[in-house]
Amino acid sequence: MSISFTAQTYPASARPLSFDESLCMGCNRCVNICQVDILLPNATAGKPPIVCYPGECYYCGSCVMACPVPGAIRLRHPLMNETKFVPVKKP
Amino acid sequence: MERQWPYENQLGQEEVLRCDVLVLGGGLAGCYAAIAAARAGQSVIVVEKGATARSGAAGSGFDHWEVACTNPCCKISPKEMAEAFIDEQDHYSNGIAHYIECREGYDRLLDMERFGGKIRDTEDEFKGAAFRDDETKLMFAYDYENRYTLRVWGSTFKPALYQELLRLGVRVLDRVEATALFTEETPAGKRCVGASGMQVRTGKFYRFYAKSTILTMSRPARIWLFHPDLVGLSEFRPTQSIGSGHAMGFRAGVEFTMMEKSVKGEFSAAGRSFPPYSTGNNHNTWYAATMVDARGVEIPYVDRDGNELKTVLERYLPAKGQKFFLKGGVIDEPKYEYRGPETLPFEELMRRGYQLPFYADLSRMPEEERRVIWGMMVGEEGKTKIPVLQSLTERGFDPEKDMLQSYGTGWQSAAFLAQERQLFGAPGGIIHDWDLKTNLDGLYAAGDQLFASDCCGFAASTGYYAGRKAASAAKKTDFGQISESDVAKEKERLYAPLYVEDDMDWRELNMAISKAMQNYCGGIKCKDLLLEGLHLLEKYEREDVPTLSCKNPHELMRTHEVMDILTVSKMIIQACLLRESSSKPLCFERSDFPAMDPAKDRHFITIRQENGKIIAGHVPHDYYGDIEEEYEKRNQDYIGGGAQ
Repeated sequence: MSISFTAQTYPASARPLSFDESLCMGCNRCVNICQVDILLPNATAGKPPIVCYPGECYYCGSCVMACPVPGAIRLRHPLMNETKFVPVKKP
Repeated sequence: MERQWPYENQLGQEEVLRCDVLVLGGGLAGCYAAIAAARAGQSVIVVEKGATARSGAAGSGFDHWEVACTNPCCKISPKEMAEAFIDEQDHYSNGIAHYIECREGYDRLLDMERFGGKIRDTEDEFKGAAFRDDETKLMFAYDYENRYTLRVWGSTFKPALYQELLRLGVRVLDRVEATALFTEETPAGKRCVGASGMQVRTGKFYRFYAKSTILTMSRPARIWLFHPDLVGLSEFRPTQSIGSGHAMGFRAGVEFTMMEKSVKGEFSAAGRSFPPYSTGNNHNTWYAATMVDARGVEIPYVDRDGNELKTVLERYLPAKGQKFFLKGGVIDEPKYEYRGPETLPFEELMRRGYQLPFYADLSRMPEEERRVIWGMMVGEEGKTKIPVLQSLTERGFDPEKDMLQSYGTGWQSAAFLAQERQLFGAPGGIIHDWDLKTNLDGLYAAGDQLFASDCCGFAASTGYYAGRKAASAAKKTDFGQISESDVAKEKERLYAPLYVEDDMDWRELNMAISKAMQNYCGGIKCKDLLLEGLHLLEKYEREDVPTLSCKNPHELMRTHEVMDILTVSKMIIQACLLRESSSKPLCFERSDFPAMDPAKDRHFITIRQENGKIIAGHVPHDYYGDIEEEYEKRNQDYIGGGAQ
């Protein structure tokens, strides 16, 4: 029995990656470096990849490190994981 | 929106490959194993589920390399250090691997430097700092007097290793998951003759014939801790590093030990804790940050005798009369002999009126200590350069003006429940001989697949060592036969979920396993409870695995992972049943056998599977003999040659 593969973005409560469409060249370096393979190349050449499996993101940042255009790709932890900081206090 | 799969459909295709040495897993251990085998003139294939240039637990970086005892500044001998580790862990430690790590780890760093990785402060950014040797430009962490742990620029390492593999002509198969080991019966016993794999984008099947095979995959994960929404944050190590090597090894008859050991959770940023290294703390990467309480009152550091330390420098020096202290990945609450400087215990701080929350205040530290923690260590450590250093900097955090909050009462940034467990802090794994060979002929193991493994230096040095031994064995042997029926069975097992329509998603099964493990194999264990758990997992295997369903090779890979998690969970329960006593060093509590570490059980209990039956074994703690003597007996060809 032959089977054709399909993909559907599997939604998650967090949005680990976002792309700036004006900066991203669609080179897919991030797609090919991601060890978790959460991205799929866009069907339209030159467009940002599809974050198909956002919930599987391991938040290692390798995609950002591989990106040739600073700011084209942004990694952000879920809001609950933002550590708090305050100005230093002297007693 | 349903979209077309962007990659080729290679379902039904099979590629048959042959090599002298087959390496399963392209993390730090696998890369070094492949390099050693290729240097020995062998043809080598590396099978990696992700992308070797950044995959594995060390993929995005790491900040320190432990126990590099042969570095020119170190004052502790490899034997002294390895024996201290063994003693500190009450002999539930891997003497062979730790000695290899202490003896050869620095050689691997020198290799790394030749490959283009950065291991010393070549730009003189920290010239004159107490943790730097100005002659060699090496930088040290923890014990500045004895200098056995190096601060390194680990984010440069994996890309450099990948390039070296290509330069050596190693065939690297990225995006291929290893799925099973193939064995044949010989007069001398079972022998590993190869493995299978699946391309995780196209579905192509691989059959590998190899003279020697090395398992260098991860330790198991997502056993107790699973978050179906934020899967990738469930555990400390990468999403896909869940212990498939353990699962395929167990299915093939490989012998394991210490699988009954698990610790109360330390990291799960999908749940209780924060991203590792992103909170104020004073351990590991952040050692020895200045900590303050809510009022800004500094929390004192004390030496092992309770004497308050006056200066920051003293936090990095042994106590009076102490030769050296131990700190690092698997060292939690060391014995008096090895105990280093530490902030006062939480209970004592409460008694003295310190107020929560606590903070790490780097502004009070000498400039170079602040800069090395925030900017080098936080930056080079895995998962810190972008998600912690860059992200907090963008949010406005300035280590000279701000302090970073600490959560919970300790460095783990959260308090987990007893049933929320992990394989952490030198967990169980494959038991092996002095060649890092498993009980199966032709099969070797390294890194996180070995029992009582710990850090990157351990992975790199055992990887290289296993590569050397596997190569030398491959030279003396021929290819074996892979049974066609074994291949057919494996294909059927692998591809079945593609033919099941709209049924159970892999997440549902992983969640069920984790809940079962929390319920039946949690903090306190007993025979009846464990048997109920095993019964439930067997039901999942029999009735629910056949309903797993998916739509493409990526989802199929995730489905395979959960099938492996199920195999490993069953092994863990079986291992827990075999130890009929409780044990402090194994963090193992049996309500039906409350006696703690009785003499009769002070040894390694091993577990393997034969024809579906569990076989237990008993191995003395010191089975490896005198570590230095035994090492030297077997490595004369390496001694003196060092790194090539």
